Amino acid sequence: MRFMLLQNYGRVESDCPPMSEWSPEDIKAHIAFQQALNAELAELGELVDAQGLAGPEQARFVVSDGAAAPVITDGPFPESKELLAGYRLIDVETVGRALEIAARASASPGPNGVAIQQPIEVREVLSAPDPEL
Amino acid sequence: MAGGANLEDLLRELAPQVLGVLVRRHGDFADAEDAVQEALIAAATAWPADGTPDSPLGWLIRVASRRLANIYRRDDARRRREELAASWSAAGPDPAPGRDDTLILMFLCCHPSLTPALAIPLTLRAVGGLATREIAAAFLVPEATMGQRISRAKAKIKASGEPFRLPSAQDRPERLRLVLHVLYLLFNEGYTSSGGPDLARTDLSGEGIRMARAIHAAMPDDPEVTGLLALMLLTDARRPARTGAAGELIPLAEQDRARWDRPLIAEGTGLITAALRRGQVGEYQVQAAIAALHDQADAHDDTDWPQILSLYGLLESMTGNPMVRLNRAVAAAMARGPAAGLELLDGLDDRLGDHHRLHSVRAHLLEQAGDRRAAAGEFRAAAAGATNLRERQYLSTQAARLAGGQESP
Repeated sequence: MRFMLLQNYGRVESDCPPMSEWSPEDIKAHIAFQQALNAELAELGELVDAQGLAGPEQARFVVSDGAAAPVITDGPFPESKELLAGYRLIDVETVGRALEIAARASASPGPNGVAIQQPIEVREVLSAPDPEL
Repeated sequence: MAGGANLEDLLRELAPQVLGVLVRRHGDFADAEDAVQEALIAAATAWPADGTPDSPLGWLIRVASRRLANIYRRDDARRRREELAASWSAAGPDPAPGRDDTLILMFLCCHPSLTPALAIPLTLRAVGGLATREIAAAFLVPEATMGQRISRAKAKIKASGEPFRLPSAQDRPERLRLVLHVLYLLFNEGYTSSGGPDLARTDLSGEGIRMARAIHAAMPDDPEVTGLLALMLLTDARRPARTGAAGELIPLAEQDRARWDRPLIAEGTGLITAALRRGQVGEYQVQAAIAALHDQADAHDDTDWPQILSLYGLLESMTGNPMVRLNRAVAAAMARGPAAGLELLDGLDDRLGDHHRLHSVRAHLLEQAGDRRAAAGEFRAAAAGATNLRERQYLSTQAARLAGGQESP
């Protein structure tokens, strides 16, 4: 079963400040945590993809009616907390395992190594085999 | 001289034989399997350039043995040599070498300590002779991820201490059941269409059939083995009609039966007929018998629904599987009218809850019963819970059709 594990820029349970306010050591520790988690999932044969996305300041929204020139909106966005920060695409045997991995991701370390408690959105990918109808 | 497709077929044919010889001689399944993989890759490069050797099997055994020796030299050489010596003295008497090796490998790869997610790729590589890259492509994961998965599977087998021989007569029925289950799941994984023939992607259904044929050749008298092969052939026979030009799923009731594969139907029907004569009916035989009845009908309405209904009743009593009840309800509706089918669905909510298949079957029967509004609601609920994209598209389309007050397509 495939799941997307999505994280956005919204409020986190630990109320920790944005990464722009962390010490270099804390940033380094956070990055190391994410890389180690990815390596562990790869070793287990569960990681399909993991990416960080460019910051919300660089996001653009594109709207088009297919005829006129598209309307492209640059940031900053008042709702930037809803924007995606990054994702993992995992292939696991049970929903429980997907939730377990999400919990690990949620507890990534912030300032002073305290768990960030980031909400991780877990969404199943529609990748089951075709049934015969 | 060594052509592309022929070379690939030859290597895949020989792969489990080479592995069998190496494991018998040197004792370590995991390392031997790595060595065989390396030898296959070497052959795929060398033979087109240098020509196929006079004894391809001998060539592969020699090269794989050398690779294995290198692996041992790279690792802790002395410990391995000691382990080797110990494994030779502990090995039991060999059955006919070679002939049973593919079978032994299948039992080994479908070991009870492996979940199907691990057993399937390991079986495809060690028994099927597929490359990691091909298996990864079939499951849409990176090659490294699939490689790791297979390594984990082999580590579990090693930890189990399972020897390289057929399971005892006492253990064999349960072990065989596991093998058949893995092959059945593998076959069903094959139905991930991508809207058209994708020649680069490994055909998992084809691989399932190939391995079912191999186990049938090794165990021709086992009726459930025969039943599984028959079921696969009879199901695969319908594949050409299952997807439309735009990749959409076409239900059985609407499939163009002229596109069904008649030779496969004939072969599958012959097999299931012979198996049933043995009088040891099992799950796969019943499912194959149902598939044969479908495949013999010229049209959906001409299908022997009463017989299929009775077979689903038998299957449900054998397995207690609530999903079988869903199929039985559809058959009951066709044989006796939608009310009979809907009645069978009562009580399934407790067992299946909000399952999308329960919603979609109920939707189908409600439409048959003339309650278009309720059917539309059930199709919407089914679509909301679907886990396959094309299935969801189909269900949404049905909901829209009924909500819009259109005639049935």
